Amino acid sequence: MSPRYVARHPMTASRQLGGEMIVMSAGDSRLFTLNGVGAVIWTAADGVTPLSEIVAAAVCAGYDVDASVALQDAEAFVAELAEHGMMLVSDEPLASDGGPRP
Amino acid sequence: MTRHGLTVEVGGVPIRLETASEPYARVLAQRFDGFLTNATPQLEFAIELVDPEEPDPDDDLRVSRRGHAWTIRRSDCEAEFDMRSGRGRIRQPAHPYATDTVMRVVHSLLLAPTGGLLVHASSAVSRGRAFVFFGKSGTGKSTMVGMAPDDVTVLSEEISYVRREGDAYVACGTPFTGELNRRGDNVEAPLAGMFHLVQGSDDRIEPLGPGDALRALLRCVLYFDGDPVGTQHAFAAACGVVDSVPMGQLVFRRHPDVWRLFA
Repeated sequence: MSPRYVARHPMTASRQLGGEMIVMSAGDSRLFTLNGVGAVIWTAADGVTPLSEIVAAAVCAGYDVDASVALQDAEAFVAELAEHGMMLVSDEPLASDGGPRP
Repeated sequence: MTRHGLTVEVGGVPIRLETASEPYARVLAQRFDGFLTNATPQLEFAIELVDPEEPDPDDDLRVSRRGHAWTIRRSDCEAEFDMRSGRGRIRQPAHPYATDTVMRVVHSLLLAPTGGLLVHASSAVSRGRAFVFFGKSGTGKSTMVGMAPDDVTVLSEEISYVRREGDAYVACGTPFTGELNRRGDNVEAPLAGMFHLVQGSDDRIEPLGPGDALRALLRCVLYFDGDPVGTQHAFAAACGVVDSVPMGQLVFRRHPDVWRLFA
């Protein structure tokens, strides 16, 4: 399976506040609150690190969870955020503006 | 054609309003009494008066931008302005609420990139410290300042102006009125606390976690869906306020004794 790359959509704003990651979609002003694992993935979603690496390095290292289950959950999580227009998911690395890297 | 103008300064931002109608200029002078200035304006609007149309209660305020050019539309008014040139025009009937609406929007657009906010909130100064009371319609914003003792200075009963100054914040008086039709005093003071209003059977301040504070505050901040960049600014500004200003939940009964908590 080819690696999947994830990036925060440029039209979002987020802030870690008191243990919560709060994310706003600037397009429609909706607010989302991410749980701990979600916040880890959100923070690490730089568009160039494959999701599998993010899960291995940031999720499995910090949480007692089976790697394949963690990856499956992470894929479902990013798919849901992508559906809300909050995250970009691609089979190729993404530039910081969300587009494909040159 | 003779133009009649006045410059209104809110939060240290002077905005000039010009109209060909002397009677409407007098209406504006009365509405913004206490906030008129001779300072050089940052923005200038030419007001063109038009016949009133039947207001559409379902017509929401729409704000959009293209580059530096902004458009504000509602059933009773239409405004266009260019942030770079500092000039714009307003087409509206001879009703000050329309001018007032445009002024609120313009101030919110100017404030957010500087880390400040315009908030649906009442605010007042007690013993040199400013307090802001925010909440949805009907939670008692106007009531709160309406029952303030004589030694409290009301900054606003409807729209509060929070300006960032370095790492701190100040609250400024505004002329924007709500159900009491009471202008704030044109003064400012260091912001000592912001409180989400909840009516109850006694008066107390409860802690409000930063996440809850941000969510509650954002529901009351003026920003506009047609402006994603401005929305990001407003989000960042609200986060900055939550980081720096004591936030709480004010449970209160409709009784002046609540002001003992702010003496």
